[in-house]
Amino acid sequence: MPEEYIPIVLILLCALAFGMVAVWLSRILGPRRDYPEKLTTYESGVEPVRTAHERFSVKYYMVAVLFILFDIEVVFIYPWAVRYRALGWYGLIEMVVFIGILLAGYIYILKKEALKWD
Amino acid sequence: MHDILNDTIASAPLWAIVVTGVATLLVHAWDEKSDKPVFWIALAGIGVSAVLTIWRAPVAGTAYSGMLKTGGAASAWTLLFLVATLLTLFIAWDSLGKAAAPRGEFTILVLFAVAGMIPFSAGNDLLAVFIGLEILSVSLYTLVGLTRRRFASNEAALKYFLLGAFAGGFFLYGIAFLYGAAQTTNIEDIARRFAQSNFPVLFLTGSALLLVGLAFKTGAVPFHMWVPDVYQGAPTAVTTFLITGGKAAAFGAFVTVFTMTLGHASARFAVVIGVLALCSMVFGNIAAIPQTDIKRMLAYSSIGHAGYMLIGVQTASVEGAGGVAFYLLSYILTSTGAFGVVAAMENEQGEGTRIEDFAGLGYTKPLLGALLSLFLFSLIGIPPFSGFFAKYYIFLTAIEHGDLWLVLIGVATSVVSLYFYLRVMVVMFFRQPGENQPVPEAGAWTMIAVVLSAAGVIALGLFPGTVLDLITSVF
Repeated sequence: MPEEYIPIVLILLCALAFGMVAVWLSRILGPRRDYPEKLTTYESGVEPVRTAHERFSVKYYMVAVLFILFDIEVVFIYPWAVRYRALGWYGLIEMVVFIGILLAGYIYILKKEALKWD
Repeated sequence: MHDILNDTIASAPLWAIVVTGVATLLVHAWDEKSDKPVFWIALAGIGVSAVLTIWRAPVAGTAYSGMLKTGGAASAWTLLFLVATLLTLFIAWDSLGKAAAPRGEFTILVLFAVAGMIPFSAGNDLLAVFIGLEILSVSLYTLVGLTRRRFASNEAALKYFLLGAFAGGFFLYGIAFLYGAAQTTNIEDIARRFAQSNFPVLFLTGSALLLVGLAFKTGAVPFHMWVPDVYQGAPTAVTTFLITGGKAAAFGAFVTVFTMTLGHASARFAVVIGVLALCSMVFGNIAAIPQTDIKRMLAYSSIGHAGYMLIGVQTASVEGAGGVAFYLLSYILTSTGAFGVVAAMENEQGEGTRIEDFAGLGYTKPLLGALLSLFLFSLIGIPPFSGFFAKYYIFLTAIEHGDLWLVLIGVATSVVSLYFYLRVMVVMFFRQPGENQPVPEAGAWTMIAVVLSAAGVIALGLFPGTVLDLITSVF
């Protein structure tokens, strides 16, 4: 049993070695000409002036939660779509009930203005 | 088409709650200030569900391809949840109104929690049980943090969520092991598969992990860490719901999975559950002694009561299951009554739950004082009240099953519990109220709930045999 895994271990070692060698080679072979602009965070674009540890709006949290909710709804629809014919009317009605409950939640979200940005 | 109709009719009590929950959600979405209509719709929904539950009770079976048990024992659990929910809603109307907490959202979440409790306690498939557990838990986490601006409430919600999610993981891991052992998640099939007494390691590991998840929900030692903080920090109306409905659902699932279905295998776990019961009884009743806050004291005592109920669970018998259900009914009525009085004592900030705050209540508010005493007597297990018979039946079953050691510990810890329950009464009747101590005003709905509970506690104490026979007949 364990000997079957030897090729995988070999592949892992090769990948690790290749990555390390590539980084190391480019470091010693590549030309390095540093000048002040090159060492800034962005060579072009807006100067970073504030600290990176900034508070950002909690509204993202709301959108993220709602996204996950309706994203998972789709996850449940896929297996039903695959077995659509086999499940027949039973599946269809169950799906309508499921989406109906989620729709009620969606109406609640809209009415509570959880999707309004300000 | 025919299947859908049959399944829907068989699981009608659950559907009544789901439809009511969604309806209240929509009503509340349209009108922010619709607390009152939401409350009435919820009461109507609970009533309809109760009628449907009683109607379906004689027809025990399964629905949705054997995912859900319906009728029979499932009806008994559902009725327990509905009683707990109804009384909680009464108390919440006054208590949350005083704290200016969102009553509409409370009602909606409570209904969704019940929609989780029913499959949690009546699942015939481990996945249905797990989904019920999650629906229930997510509703409860939100409910605990209902008073958003109160620090204790936030702390309780986060603690409950983190530990609850962890325990949910144990439960799911257990399901995975059992699926590995039996190639099915249907509990009855699993039980049939392992009808002989040589259990593979996978099966034992899976069952042990399930046990951890369920013991967490029941708040048994050593999985009790969350109980005191959550019960104290949550708004009192939510604590009432946790201690009545939440406990009933957890024990319903415990009995359904371990006693009713994995019956033969669970004999292997009788000693483990017995030790959990012993630890819970000893720890809960001793840790309640030094408490100065009545909510925290009742939280610790609830750990002790979980211990008594576990004695019934570990017998893995129909009598044990009936005894646990009877104990829960008694405990639901007693706890709602006691917490109703506590809710009436609270001020707008949720203060006034220290035991000193009850000084002189027996004189300033004789009715509240007398009723609280009645509930405390029932919690101790003094004869004319339901608490005595609840303990009596559990102990009787355990003795017949040959577990004298547990009964001895149970009786001893009941004597210990006399001290901290009676101390509240001493403060109420033999201490003068402090200067400027506000005299509480109990709202009309709270009084209805408390008086109904008191009537129930006395009625159960007067006709315990009739009720117990009725409960045991459906298991």
